[in-house]
Amino acid sequence: MSDEPMSEGNGDGSAGAGAPVGTLSKKSFTSDQEVRWCPGCGDYAILATVQSFMPELGILPDDTVFVSGIGCSGRFTYYMDTYGVHGIHGRAPAIATGIATSRPDLSVWVVTGDGDGLSIGGNHLIHALRRNVNFKILLFNNQIYGLTKGQYSPTSEEGKVTKSTPFGSVDHPFNPIALALGAEATFVARTMDNDKQHLTSVLRQAAQHRGTAFVEIYQNCNVFNDGAFDLLREKPQGVHNQIRLEHGKPILFDEDTRCVAVGDNGRLVTANVDAVSPDDIVVHDMHGRPSLAFALAHLSHGPNEPTCIGVFREVERPVYGDAMRAQVEQATERLGRGDLGALLRSGDTWTVSAST
Amino acid sequence: MSEPPDMLEGGPPGVPATHMTKTVEEKERVVIRFAGDSGDGMQLTGDRFTNATAVLGNDLATLPDFPAEIRAPAGTVHGVSAFQIQFSSRDIMTPGDHPNVLVAMNPAALKAELSSVEKGGTVIVNEDAFVQRNLDKAGFATNPLEDGTLDGFQVYRVPMTSITVRAVEQLGLTRKEAERSKNMFALGLVSWMYGRPMDVTINWLQKKFGDKAQVFDANVAAFKAGYNFGETTELFATSYLVKAAPATPGLYRNISGATALALGLVAAAERSGMGLFYASYPITPASELLHELSRLKNFGVMTLQAEDEIAAAGIALGAAFAGELGVTGTSGPGMDLKAETLGLAVTLELPMVIVDVQRAGPSTGMPTKTEAGDLLLAMYGRHGESPMPIVAAKSPSHCFDTAIEACRIAITYRTPVIVLSDTYLANSSEPWRLPDVDSLPAIDPKFATGPNAGQEFLPYLRDPETFARPWAIPGTPGLRHRIGGLEKEDGTGDISYDAENHERMTHIRAEKIEKIADSIPPLEVDDPDGDAQLLVLGWGSSYGTIRAAARRVREAGHQVATAHLTHLNPFPKNTGEVVRRYPSVLIPEMNMGQLALLIRGRYLVDARSFTKVQGLPLFIEDLEAEIVKVMDG
Repeated sequence: MSDEPMSEGNGDGSAGAGAPVGTLSKKSFTSDQEVRWCPGCGDYAILATVQSFMPELGILPDDTVFVSGIGCSGRFTYYMDTYGVHGIHGRAPAIATGIATSRPDLSVWVVTGDGDGLSIGGNHLIHALRRNVNFKILLFNNQIYGLTKGQYSPTSEEGKVTKSTPFGSVDHPFNPIALALGAEATFVARTMDNDKQHLTSVLRQAAQHRGTAFVEIYQNCNVFNDGAFDLLREKPQGVHNQIRLEHGKPILFDEDTRCVAVGDNGRLVTANVDAVSPDDIVVHDMHGRPSLAFALAHLSHGPNEPTCIGVFREVERPVYGDAMRAQVEQATERLGRGDLGALLRSGDTWTVSAST
Repeated sequence: MSEPPDMLEGGPPGVPATHMTKTVEEKERVVIRFAGDSGDGMQLTGDRFTNATAVLGNDLATLPDFPAEIRAPAGTVHGVSAFQIQFSSRDIMTPGDHPNVLVAMNPAALKAELSSVEKGGTVIVNEDAFVQRNLDKAGFATNPLEDGTLDGFQVYRVPMTSITVRAVEQLGLTRKEAERSKNMFALGLVSWMYGRPMDVTINWLQKKFGDKAQVFDANVAAFKAGYNFGETTELFATSYLVKAAPATPGLYRNISGATALALGLVAAAERSGMGLFYASYPITPASELLHELSRLKNFGVMTLQAEDEIAAAGIALGAAFAGELGVTGTSGPGMDLKAETLGLAVTLELPMVIVDVQRAGPSTGMPTKTEAGDLLLAMYGRHGESPMPIVAAKSPSHCFDTAIEACRIAITYRTPVIVLSDTYLANSSEPWRLPDVDSLPAIDPKFATGPNAGQEFLPYLRDPETFARPWAIPGTPGLRHRIGGLEKEDGTGDISYDAENHERMTHIRAEKIEKIADSIPPLEVDDPDGDAQLLVLGWGSSYGTIRAAARRVREAGHQVATAHLTHLNPFPKNTGEVVRRYPSVLIPEMNMGQLALLIRGRYLVDARSFTKVQGLPLFIEDLEAEIVKVMDG
């Protein structure tokens, strides 16, 4: 740990006492770098929403760190006027773990993609989730490799025809929400690039969560996978297919005409509200059984049918880093602050005197 | 060293006077090899003997030599675990080429180790273990105790197991538990033979097993039984005296390379006022460093066992970005995996230390055996032009200084630094004169605190002396910046694909590493008469062997010069001048000639290689013969 004075905060960066937190604006988080994603890319909308949202947290850009990997999402870091590391492919969660565990005073954000986070960096992602490191992960899922010009990704649907799969992909895709839940993530949510209000609301809840928050953002790649989420995010079909999860409320969608209900064998199904008993309509509980979140994650096979968005799960668990620091503090309390000279002298020693 | 009075009379301190009825013969140096099954506790036996020897003031060097399997099938040759120690009344540099004494706890140990014992050497066997079943497992067609195999050796057949069982029979242990103490019997016997003090071992047992009375009693009983067996039976007519070695006055302890490296990292953190953050993935033989540091939490040390080698490097680098002393440690296979992260550290120009405890490769190779095959990996094992400083330890205690030096370079020059240790250095031990903590170099991290270009902060605007860039840690008001793996514009650090900028940055990164040579001492040459025609140039753990071989050659009336590199990148500034000064240059290495390739390529000298890759340190006699051969032309 650094000896620099810092607040033992909630990752809320409150170190900047007296700093002009109240004057923060979108501009405070916007760097001078020219944004260079393809025109029409969903990343623009996400960037604008994040930059607009950050001032709301009241954390100075000086106390904020963005860490990214490789891929189109990796450039995100350069566009935020905060501290930032554009790392290597898939390793952003590892680099961010080093930052977040050593500096609890910082607000740390990881930006990754479906290739970066779920393929080459899959191991770091699941272990960050399991440890519950205090950072937020924004996973831009466009179901394609964009930066390398259009190969299928670990979230591409089976049969996907790309440059590397001219006869269709034979890979079964990951369900990122189910994966995060399986890795024991304490906060798991899904939102969409072009729904500023929903995205902001999910970011807000993620930021308030202490520990790792995993946010999958459906993001349109208009060059290599255009329209992948149209059935979910465009009018009018989006209205029919978006299932917005709200804690404590019955899960209704399609203008409250349809619902998520418990079907035969206890499986969750979508049904017309008229066709089921009100008792069978599922009430969302994001703090409850993980099996509910898992079942909701598996309600659809992809964004081509009614699909849940919102916060699937939010639970409390000790935060990685807190326990590490607590061990240091307890050891120091018990044994006293280490004395280097005494440490060197530990064990059997003997003296050679000058007399011989 | 002032010797205790009873020492001068031939006996060690704490030894019963009845012992004096036997002959005491003085020896200058002794090499003992304890060998047994992996489960027999030979490493512990060796370790305890070493500590008693250290306290007695002998110079010493040790060589643990064990299989990778935690418990290979009992009684087989590939399950043999050995521990070698050389101790002496003069300064010594290696654990010795050939044991004078072999303690073999079973037939497999005898089979595996006998060939290394000196001609006419002493072999002490646990006679009880030489039963048909064990002979079969070891692959002996006939009993080597009976068939002439041991002709020419001085053989002591001691029924260690049965005496041990008898010695502890009052304690109510099961036979199996009782037999487990037989290593303490062996330790007691050899301790008597060489006049090692009993109290050091008994005190240690007290500390270790003090709360388990039965185990403590059994170990002490077995230890004393071994000691008394040597003293009272007529089997052993002679015990040996090895006097304390002359040494620089000071306070000493015995230390292994693994411990010294851990202490060095802690010392560097203390002297820089920084927090030590060590992230690592378990790997032989580097895990010991993780274990050592994990115990030192009251020094503020943060340790993290990562999900893999890549994560360990990334976490250490992230900690460095956040302002910590970020360190990761591993061995060869882990180095391969960390390479991409090290390249990122090179271009981020952040301080970071990477410890490579080298082992025999390629691939999994021989995880518990030593080699020095990673020099070129450290030098060039990353894509693109990716220069990194390299420092290498030359002895177990030197690992302490090497760790501090690596941290100094990393922090001062804002660069990842590779520390090369090896299995032999990590596991072996030697006496270490403890440094005065206040005399250790202070390291100033010089964190950036404000703008460095008018009102602006340019993260790649450099110190003109060192070429170090400013290290502005998150939370520092007004110094926000983004850095990454993409090529950076000189000064601003912004992304740049400009052709000339890339060339300039490539040269700057290389020059920065070269500039480190301004801060390191010149290569020292040991050439007593100043007229040697041959220079033996080494690096790493072959230091002891090279010095010892040179001494023998000089004692035989020849001249030979030696020099040892601890900075491998950059080399000390006078390296070229030194290697060109001698008509012949011989470079002994535990690899296929990696330093030789660098020296030849860099300085255009016709350096010759002497190599050995057997998973063992170089032998003095082999190098001595090679030196003589080269001198004879």
